[in-house]
Amino acid sequence: MNAIEVRHLTRRFGAFTAVNDVTFDVAEGEIFGFLGANGAGKSTTIRMLCGLLRPTSGSAVVGGVDVSRDPEGVKRRIGYMSQRFSLYEKLTVDQNIAFFGGIYGLSGERLADRRAFALDMAGLRGRESTLTRALSAGWRQRLALGCAILHEPPIVFLDEPTGGVDPLSRRRFWRLINELASGGTTVLVTTHYLDEAENCQRIAIINAGRLAAMGTAPELKAQFGGGAPQPTLDDVFLTVVQQGAA
Amino acid sequence: MVSTALAVGVKEFRQLGRDRRTLLTLLFVPSFLLLLYGYALNFDIRNIPLAVQDNDRSTASREVISAFVNSGYFDFVAGVVATEEIEAVLDRGDARAVLVIPPRFGEQVATGTSATVQMIINGDNANTATTVMGYGVNLLGAMSVRYELQARAGSPSGPILTVEPRIWYNPELRSALFLVPGLIAYIAMLTAVVSTALSIVREKEVGTMEQVRMSPIGPLSYVIGKTIPHFVVSLASAMAIVALAMLLFGLPMRGSWLLLLTTVSLFLIGALALGLLVSTIAETQQVAFQVALLIAYLPTLMLSGFIFPISSMPVPLQTITTVVPAKYFLTALRGIVLKGVGAAVLWPELVALAVFATVIVGLASLRLKRQWA
Repeated sequence: MNAIEVRHLTRRFGAFTAVNDVTFDVAEGEIFGFLGANGAGKSTTIRMLCGLLRPTSGSAVVGGVDVSRDPEGVKRRIGYMSQRFSLYEKLTVDQNIAFFGGIYGLSGERLADRRAFALDMAGLRGRESTLTRALSAGWRQRLALGCAILHEPPIVFLDEPTGGVDPLSRRRFWRLINELASGGTTVLVTTHYLDEAENCQRIAIINAGRLAAMGTAPELKAQFGGGAPQPTLDDVFLTVVQQGAA
Repeated sequence: MVSTALAVGVKEFRQLGRDRRTLLTLLFVPSFLLLLYGYALNFDIRNIPLAVQDNDRSTASREVISAFVNSGYFDFVAGVVATEEIEAVLDRGDARAVLVIPPRFGEQVATGTSATVQMIINGDNANTATTVMGYGVNLLGAMSVRYELQARAGSPSGPILTVEPRIWYNPELRSALFLVPGLIAYIAMLTAVVSTALSIVREKEVGTMEQVRMSPIGPLSYVIGKTIPHFVVSLASAMAIVALAMLLFGLPMRGSWLLLLTTVSLFLIGALALGLLVSTIAETQQVAFQVALLIAYLPTLMLSGFIFPISSMPVPLQTITTVVPAKYFLTALRGIVLKGVGAAVLWPELVALAVFATVIVGLASLRLKRQWA
């Protein structure tokens, strides 16, 4: 069974079509990369998949739940983390964990277990009482990921999770994502950094609301490399976007 | 649902606790405002400097002057001889009013002929001038009645009919007693609306709201968790103003504390819901602050009967005041603390407050639900 099944997903805002007839599947345990320029429709798609925004037409089934029928059910099965580190900066590390655990209904022993997991994963042991504001960007990013997966969701959405973070922290973050996926978690990640997309098993490129290309990195390079001897994903991206513009 | 609301509530308390500046602002600025307004907003006018041009210098004229001075409203500051001096005295601000007694005043009065006393009042402040004129007209009116009777009966036995006014609930007519309930309404409204609106819109701005919406928590749990801490803080702050008003301005407490607490709570729930409604409309803290000020501050100040009596407003404005919750709150508050009346008398006000709270809570949750999913 696929973790995510998207069929002809469309979202309009008035006369503007932000997401236009998008269809794709994400297999369980897969790391699926979602690329696109700013305003291409990445965030709108993710918001629909997370049950935050109703599709105008088409369907999306996430974790076996239809997002239009049961957005609440979807929210229980997913974790979401975005680049705008959505932690409470004036709360401590521990207080953030307690809050996010609380709104996902975690308590008692389970919360204690998951708190320990999140602290270990983010490398924040011994900094439980530090104000989140005082943490470096890399740490905050890992804490945000920890808070997003406290409830052990089978599917995780990462919306440009590595913006504004140094290369070392980025690499460390991708190692965490790989660990998550090897544990069976499905990861859908959007990114601006095309070199990062190499970590994804499959990549979809969205342009002007339409799904313009999809496949593994080597497949995309062969198809859209533009004849370069050793095409990179940058070449692929530019070719796809230019085709869309033409 | 209870546990998720609790998680939000605990978080909100912790944030409030961390944000000392906001917390102190919420708790102490209201009391500070009370001090400021309580002492500054004083409609009582006493010790008006009075100059007198006595052109008669008779027993009767001196009687008139002492009636003015003994009333307690006027202080004799200067005797004026020349008419040109009157303007100078008023210009320099030595006197706010000048009493001019004509020659042969005593004679006229004794024979029962009509006599005219002139009172010149500095009109640069219309309110003060009106009050001063009122005092003067009253004093002279009383004197006039006495002289008329004396002249007619030929004996100085005093008036036949006298009015002895007894003013209940606020016998000294201290405007502080009248204004403090209004101040409490105004301050409580302002802090409750602004603090709720800002705290929710801040989460929108920072992006934490989006993160919370991604979780299965419903809008209801979120809002309950979010408003309870603000309810506790604004209730504490409102009761602090009441206590302070009792200490400093001699505000009495003649009614039931329980009823007071109920009334304040009802009013605050409406105010918090109004803040919530503002937060569903505004996207930035700046807009939220302005909208909150507009809908909380102006009506409470202008249309509640706090400063301007509702009965003297034009009819369209009077109609508008029926949806201003502070109007009912004020009536109830004055009733409880000044008159000591109970729910048997104040139930219409309590019902009105409850209706307001229910309608606004309903509207706010409707808008929020639509925005949430």
